[in-house]
Amino acid sequence: MISITRKGILAIPWYILLPVVLVGTGVLVPLIYLLVRAFEADAETMSTIVFRWRTFNLFLNTIILTTGVLVTTTLLALPLAWLTTRSDIKGKKIFTLLGIIPLAIPGYVMAYALLGMSGPFGTSAELFGVPIPRPAGYWGSLLALTLYLTPYLFINLRTAMLGIDPALEETAQSFGYPPRVVFFNTVLPQLKPALYSGGLLVALHVLGDFGVVSLMRFETFSYALFLQYTAAFDRIYAAWLALFLILMTVSLLFVDARLLRGLRLSRSGRGARRHRRIVPLGSWKLPAYYFIGVFVFASLIAPIGTIVFWFLSQSDAINLPGLRSATAGSLSVSVPSAVFAALLAIPLAYLGVRFPSAISRAFERVAYVGYAIPPLAFALSLIFFTLQAAPFLYQTLGILIYAFTLHYLAEAMGPIRSALYQAPPQIEEAARSFGYRPFAAFFKATLPLLKKGIIASMAFVFLSAMKELPLTFLLSPIGFETLALNVWSYTIEAMFADAAQYALGVVIVSGVFVFLLLRQEKVG
Amino acid sequence: MIMTRTLLTLFMTLFLSMPLDAQELILYSGRSKSLVEPIIEAFEKETGIRVRVRYGDTSQLAIALLEEGRRSPADLFWAQDGGALGVLSNHDMFSRLPQALINKTPALFQSGNGTWVATSGRARVVAYNPYRVPEHELPESIYDLADPKWANRIGWAPQNASFQTFISAMVALDGREKVKQWLTALRTNGAKSYRSNVPIIQAIAANEIDLGITNHYYLIRFKQSDGNFPVEQIFLREGDPANFVNIAGAGILTTARNKTEAEKFIDFLLSPRGQKFFTNQVFEYPVLDPVTPNPVLLPLPELLEIMPRINIDRLDTLDDTLRLLREVGLL
Repeated sequence: MISITRKGILAIPWYILLPVVLVGTGVLVPLIYLLVRAFEADAETMSTIVFRWRTFNLFLNTIILTTGVLVTTTLLALPLAWLTTRSDIKGKKIFTLLGIIPLAIPGYVMAYALLGMSGPFGTSAELFGVPIPRPAGYWGSLLALTLYLTPYLFINLRTAMLGIDPALEETAQSFGYPPRVVFFNTVLPQLKPALYSGGLLVALHVLGDFGVVSLMRFETFSYALFLQYTAAFDRIYAAWLALFLILMTVSLLFVDARLLRGLRLSRSGRGARRHRRIVPLGSWKLPAYYFIGVFVFASLIAPIGTIVFWFLSQSDAINLPGLRSATAGSLSVSVPSAVFAALLAIPLAYLGVRFPSAISRAFERVAYVGYAIPPLAFALSLIFFTLQAAPFLYQTLGILIYAFTLHYLAEAMGPIRSALYQAPPQIEEAARSFGYRPFAAFFKATLPLLKKGIIASMAFVFLSAMKELPLTFLLSPIGFETLALNVWSYTIEAMFADAAQYALGVVIVSGVFVFLLLRQEKVG
Repeated sequence: MIMTRTLLTLFMTLFLSMPLDAQELILYSGRSKSLVEPIIEAFEKETGIRVRVRYGDTSQLAIALLEEGRRSPADLFWAQDGGALGVLSNHDMFSRLPQALINKTPALFQSGNGTWVATSGRARVVAYNPYRVPEHELPESIYDLADPKWANRIGWAPQNASFQTFISAMVALDGREKVKQWLTALRTNGAKSYRSNVPIIQAIAANEIDLGITNHYYLIRFKQSDGNFPVEQIFLREGDPANFVNIAGAGILTTARNKTEAEKFIDFLLSPRGQKFFTNQVFEYPVLDPVTPNPVLLPLPELLEIMPRINIDRLDTLDDTLRLLREVGLL
């Protein structure tokens, strides 16, 4: 048998190495740009802007918010994922979809909706006569971020739960362990990669979030960074803050890599795998529905209800041609980005899982650095480099898709990585011992097992791309527009009724796309 | 063969920008599409010049222009705020405009080196909740807000460009020390920082705060969709810094390839038709005297009467304003 888990970078085939190098270069470009800008700084201003107490406070704020959101999202996503895969509740498919859709609501819309709902003059008070307190500061940010980031963990965990070999649990049970012990000792370790990559994604989102924290008035690092760019028209000190932010991400990645070290979760048994066992909930069924119901209400029905309320407040607002061209624009960049990001994520994750070494892990992590680079800095670096090196590429759709793909690659990594951990290398090795060339063996033996992972990856990237603002602002072709741009444009002018139709457009298009993807899960 | 052709077409659509029309204009608009699209379409219809617009946030577009430098494809930059125009002008990004164009606008709104021109006026106001602030309690001057009776009742947006330009104006009028004291007093008074003007007005309606320093036109939009919206706004006493009037304005890039078209566009914005659009649809102040403002606004001469005597062009001190805001811990 030919082992494909050999160590050493030389063993890596070119078709894995090439995309890795491409991504690496792509990420390096903005880093170089940031370094160039950062070293234009003079020492005195550095000390007044960068090295001061405020920076430290921002750092602390960022840490406590990230930790808080990680805890709350895990507490929500774990039971949700279990209930929608392993329990005997009805409507699992619809609950799954409902658990994912909050990703389609842009963070700042979620924040605006929460603010619009609450208070004595909010929609809740207007419609039901029940004023709810206005969220703000740390707790407000925590609430809004939790509501829209939980789906990241949920999808990752769900994919992993679907991939667990039931034989493991049954073996544990046959030894007489009670179900709870089986869950914590057998199931939970299997979920580790999903938990880590989902958590990583959630953490990266919190680190990079501007929309929510700025509306909830909680000052984090990326908030300060954004202000430095837009309030001070400053590209030099902003570069320093961006580098700090990247450093924070790199430390997170380091932790993640440490946690994943030596993990091997694929089935080792022979024979066909059987279907998962469904656990009857008994008297816990009602609380389970209640739990899902509350989550769906808070993360979906309430914000979308608020948007619909805005929409209905002005009946003549609907603008069909505008919606049509914005939808076309959104799709023309989101669909290719989702496909390219998933395609690129396969070789990167494959490298990290199948050729475990410090170097390959570092390469794999490069994808996450792309995500950590603040989009505004990323866009400026692309302006800088395309105009220097290839001006004919400037402000073309291709560059925009390129930027989206590199930026959102990290979101595509998690599900594919989890799926790879669970795909036994033996099948591929067997295929190769039958004379298939490595590429063909991967294609025939492993790729089909990654299907669910690939689908989840594309869904992630698509949903994020639909909401994207800063890259679109600065890199899109002139005259190009998306649904998200329109939402922003009307929201900042307090024209909520007009913004609402575009926000609903984002939600509906995203919902349909995710629905179609989930249907693919079943086929074949 | 078909494959090659498909790939080629794909490549063309992805990587080639549209060919340039004979008569066109590339506009970077920091004014949002939701506000200005109709007037741009009207210009296209009247002149036959095609306007290709890149919409964005004023300051982000300004940074992008700085990054693009001499390679910028833009002909014209239309900004939401006088400060951004000053920054680009200081970086020599703008070329001089015909004096006749500039002379159309009130002296206080003019650029000293003639590199940009005001297109509409945006007044600062004090917005308040009439159920929580009785009329006799209303401040007369912006400096009254330092009084402890306003503790935890005020909202502002120190990170917002209009606010910063407003602070620059205060410094130019009353000196740095006085403004610094005022900023510190408001901060110790627990003034709440919001990201921008819209959330301030929402917070007043929600009783989170009672009074806010904001721009004049947002509330009018809220009122338009809901007549009972529980917020009102006022100017303070004549000449008070609170009544500062900022501008939206435009400048032509030195690298512009379509200068004539760009000038025509500015001329159109300063025509009675353009000015009527701003005041009737966008609720802003016209910068052209014969144009009567929207009845919900003050007539232009009255506005010029109550606004502090400060020339917009003197407000290119953004760096110092930012330093000041950092010193008092607001940035």
